[in-house]
Amino acid sequence: MSFPWAKHYEPKQPLMRWLDEKLPLPRLVYNAVGAGYPVPRNLNYFWNFGVLAGLALAVQIITGVTLAMHYAANAGVAFSSVESIMRDVNAGWFLRYAHANGASMFLLVVYIHIGRGLYYGSYKAPREMVWLLGVVIFLLMMATAFMGYVLPWGQMSFWGAQVITGFFSAIPVVGETIRVWLLGGFAPDNAALNRFFSLHYLLPFVIAGVIILHIWALHIPGSNNPTGVDVKGEQDTVPFHPYYTAKDGVGVGVFMLVFAALIFFSPNLLGHPDNYIEANPLSTPAHIVPEWYFLPFYAILKSFTADFILPAKLWGVLAMFGSILLLFFLPWLDSSPVRSANYRPKYRLFLGVLLLDVLVLGYVGGAEANARNVILGQIASAYYFAHFLIILPWVARSERPRPLPNSITEAVLAKHGGTSLAHSAVTA
Amino acid sequence: MATVDDMVPPGEDPAPYHEHVDDPRRRDFINIAAVSFAGVGAVAIVLPLINQMNPSADVLAASTTEVDVSKIASGQAIKTSFRKQPLFVRNLTPKEIAEANAVDVGSLRDPQTLAERTKPGKENWLITLGVCTHLGCVPLGAGEGENKGPFGGYFCPCHGSAYDTAARIRQGPAPKNLVVPDYNFTSDTTVLVG
Repeated sequence: MSFPWAKHYEPKQPLMRWLDEKLPLPRLVYNAVGAGYPVPRNLNYFWNFGVLAGLALAVQIITGVTLAMHYAANAGVAFSSVESIMRDVNAGWFLRYAHANGASMFLLVVYIHIGRGLYYGSYKAPREMVWLLGVVIFLLMMATAFMGYVLPWGQMSFWGAQVITGFFSAIPVVGETIRVWLLGGFAPDNAALNRFFSLHYLLPFVIAGVIILHIWALHIPGSNNPTGVDVKGEQDTVPFHPYYTAKDGVGVGVFMLVFAALIFFSPNLLGHPDNYIEANPLSTPAHIVPEWYFLPFYAILKSFTADFILPAKLWGVLAMFGSILLLFFLPWLDSSPVRSANYRPKYRLFLGVLLLDVLVLGYVGGAEANARNVILGQIASAYYFAHFLIILPWVARSERPRPLPNSITEAVLAKHGGTSLAHSAVTA
Repeated sequence: MATVDDMVPPGEDPAPYHEHVDDPRRRDFINIAAVSFAGVGAVAIVLPLINQMNPSADVLAASTTEVDVSKIASGQAIKTSFRKQPLFVRNLTPKEIAEANAVDVGSLRDPQTLAERTKPGKENWLITLGVCTHLGCVPLGAGEGENKGPFGGYFCPCHGSAYDTAARIRQGPAPKNLVVPDYNFTSDTTVLVG
């Protein structure tokens, strides 16, 4: 694990030496996020987002555990217990707004983190396992976010649960039985609310466990970098601490500014007013929309309007899950040996188009289902799949990449007008 | 993998104690049998853990509903609740019945006649769940003045599924007709659903 020039943990205090012999926990931390982990010297601010995602998870767990001290997972009182958190519990409004907006911040930084991986080819060998575990974390996050959104038991909570568990009834023959089993009833009710609360409390700790595997798998080859070129020697790296702990600190500051702006100035910006109406099983809101972070997937679900061998509903559900499961195959769909899009002009262009495409899907997901939007959604959904299944393999074969630098150090020095190691030693 | 019963040094003839070594040995058999038994036990424990998620007795007990239909005039509909799901009870007008019967059944996505969806002699009573078969929204059309959609039955506002006067799917993403639950008329004006 890690590079041969990594610094070794040498505790100086007798107490720390005693601890290191009995339980080498400080040694583990030192090697994972301390001076014992050598990292490429050229990382840019996009490399902040892994740490920021970890921070967002910690925020969610702390605010979530405290909210659970006041929340009652019973369909009769859930809605009023949330209102009592907002009005009566000391600082309850702050905890709830931090938790609700914290979910948006978590998904936001994770989407940027995934985008970073796509742009700089972090999913490619030797980091495939890091990518696969990341997709698992993403799926767990989506399940956790969905179940958390049901807990306030407002109109959007209830009808979101109705629609999402309705996906399972698309499965031929056994679908309805599975749906009833998942809900513990024939429609979302007390049984469903209770089990969603139980799982919503459990899954973040499962996510934390998979994050440990994700970091473990990352530390075997070491971090990728903006050139995508492998680390060749000690001159290409700096220790994680203090160099990247400091750089991550800047990102944490910016994250907190955005987070605080949401909580204190616009706490309901990303929510839906309908969720402040208590759940009513006999009345559907005029416009059911999921939270912003699910909109592109919701657009793919809505794009199937006609039966073709299988019912349209089943196609929609398959395509929606398929759009995420596709990411598991990404390391093998893109066969280009060059990682960074900085040296792949065609790939970079198509990645930009994909970003636009996902934004269009997000728009369609939240918009009314009129004829124009349905067509727009169908084209954008088709392009999403075409990007991964057709364009990517074709680009990998036909593209002529720009010349790669011989090493990370050479790339860094060329950027700063230097030519030799001696020069870098002077400027450093 | 030296174990206590591997007393014979490697390469030496095990003859003095065992005339021949069975494969699998007695010990392997006991090992497999014990682990298999533990596996059967584990599966037996998993079953109640899965089954606890099925609807509980109180949910199932609330699974019949009695509806008094004497106050529903021709052309009117009511929304009530069956198994915590909306239930539409609609008194069809002769014109609506004629419209439903005029449709070529073969052309439908989920082919059913009005007679198959109602009780004999009670063809004007259309009783269905108010749950869109697409993703479970409550369709409009049962309440006074609600949009009945292009086919005069029900219209789901979520994704635009339109149902006709027999609550059959005619347009939009829903795959099936609105579900007709099990029910029977216990008297001329009372329906027991479930």
